[in-house]
Amino acid sequence: MSDQILNSAAATDAPLAAGDTDAAAVSVRGVNKQFQTATGVVHALEAIDLTVSAGEFVSLIGPSGCGKSTLMRLIADLDDPTSGDLTVFGKTTTQARLDQDYGIAFQQAGLLPWRTVAANVALPLELHGVASADRRSRVANLLDMVGLTEFADRFPDQLSGGMQQRVAIARSLAEQPRLLLMDEPFGALDEMTREKMQTDLVRIAADTGAAVVFVTHSIPEAVFLSDRVVVMSPRPGRISQIVPMQLNAIDGRQERSDNLREESSFFEMVTEVREALHGGASDSPGDEPRQARGVDTR
Amino acid sequence: MTARPRLVGGFVWGLAGVLLIALAWEGYKFFGPADGLSIGELRVLPRTTDLAMPHLWDMMARLAEPVTRAEGALPLWAVVALAALTTLGIAAAGWAVGVVVGVGFALLMQRWRLAEFGLLPWIVISQTVPLIAFAPVVKSWGSRVEIGSFEWQDWMSVALIASYLAFFPITVGALKGLQSPDRIHLELFETYASGYWSTLKQLRFPAAVPYLLPALRLGAANAVIGAVVAEVSTGLQGGIGRLLIQFAGQASGDPAKAWGPIFGAIVLGLVAAGSVALLSVILKDYRRTEEAA
Ligand SMILES: Nc1ncnc2c1ncn2[C@@H]1O[C@H](COP(=O)(O)OP(=O)(O)O)[C@@H](O)[C@H]1O
Ligand SMILES: [Mg+2]
Repeated sequence: MSDQILNSAAATDAPLAAGDTDAAAVSVRGVNKQFQTATGVVHALEAIDLTVSAGEFVSLIGPSGCGKSTLMRLIADLDDPTSGDLTVFGKTTTQARLDQDYGIAFQQAGLLPWRTVAANVALPLELHGVASADRRSRVANLLDMVGLTEFADRFPDQLSGGMQQRVAIARSLAEQPRLLLMDEPFGALDEMTREKMQTDLVRIAADTGAAVVFVTHSIPEAVFLSDRVVVMSPRPGRISQIVPMQLNAIDGRQERSDNLREESSFFEMVTEVREALHGGASDSPGDEPRQARGVDTR
Repeated sequence: MTARPRLVGGFVWGLAGVLLIALAWEGYKFFGPADGLSIGELRVLPRTTDLAMPHLWDMMARLAEPVTRAEGALPLWAVVALAALTTLGIAAAGWAVGVVVGVGFALLMQRWRLAEFGLLPWIVISQTVPLIAFAPVVKSWGSRVEIGSFEWQDWMSVALIASYLAFFPITVGALKGLQSPDRIHLELFETYASGYWSTLKQLRFPAAVPYLLPALRLGAANAVIGAVVAEVSTGLQGGIGRLLIQFAGQASGDPAKAWGPIFGAIVLGLVAAGSVALLSVILKDYRRTEEAA
């Protein structure tokens, strides 16, 4: 299966723009990214290979500066790789962006302060000329999904940080994308809100069948949410290990409820990811403390 | 956040200020030396005679009286009001031109860095040229302009000078505002594959509002000052500037009359500032921040 994806992505004569339906949601092949800075060259990413299947939930975890955001930005076509190949649903990342194949949410909500909650969620629909009646019903559904129906007419400065983030997530879902890119979207939230949002996100992803690439600092968060956890290490930014999650509830993502957080399989997976992070891949056992820095092991 | 109490509060303070000035005026007139106070040749306190400082109630009463003794003359206040309206119209025209030019420059400079490097220094330097001092020259240039049936009017020279003073703060404010969106918002619009115009309409202009409003207010104040002074120096008939000079010349015989156009000019400035304030009430949602409650 993964070979087939590899082949189809590598075949240059395949009609890339068409975006065949079998294609992986994200395919990253031998990607390097370097930044030229005043103090020299920063190797933000080195030799990254990663395939995210359609409907799959993949988390990127690793200490600060290991290139998680950079990888996300490359997938979103907000930046270009120095070398290597990226495709999204078999298309170039630029084409995927133009086709609105993905929805994105950042660490900050990034709402437009002069727009109401409903108008913020409607923004992408408005920009792409969705008729206003259709827009209204879709916004109503999305607000219902994130539990903010009563707040539709409020402005962002009248909401808590958690509510703002939920609006941003509703906005990222507005065009029913097959791929969701999320860069530490819950980073600024308190623990209670965070757990609630995690549960909601699992449900939403299951309902919509979207693939998700999710950046996080938190091991339990990655374990709770993901089908696979991609463990990265810094300087240069590399994938050190990919840990598949074997949880009891794995068969159906919708089964993944708060109970999961108390299951023994959950703790086993947390331990496994933590060891992957601290072990820093089998090839460099010597630098554990450096690799662990900045990772939230709560 | 709530607009009403603040508006009422502002009104009360304004009224208190006016009362204070009135009290100071009449107080000084009552207690001050009739001949003022001079140190050598230099007079440091004004005379308090009725000629130099008419009573406030005399000024008010004068406003209600006819402007001249001629048959069917309008009351002073009506003459002043008409002149103030004329000047307001000219200033508004100048302001509108200033807005178009200022926002136009800002758009050019936001779009092309090169334009910013090339234009901004000249725009700054332009303000060191006191066009207002050359008002008569501007008028004589204008009088030579004749395109088809269009003929340059003298009031247009005044409006031009008003716009020259108004456009500068508007350019600077609009540029700062158009450049103000955060990277996160700009990148969000990029992920939406939003083009230049829709980003301008949905992001840059709304984000510019908090910068534009004070710039527009400053522009309006500049336009009014520019119009009044340019009227005086070009000798344009019909506006408040002309009236100020004309009535001041009659002050020895009718001291209270000279104060009519002064009140008119004050009201004119208030109306201009008030109009822009109204704009900011309409656009209040654009002054919100993203900060969480
Ligand atoms: N625009 C940039 N210019 C220079 N260096 C950058 C830039 N963006 C990221 N970097 C560097 O690349 C590395 C990876 O950054 P980032 O992807 O933000 O890490 P993470 O999200 O995992 O914390 C860091 O060393 C960072 O300093
Ligand atoms: Mg980051």
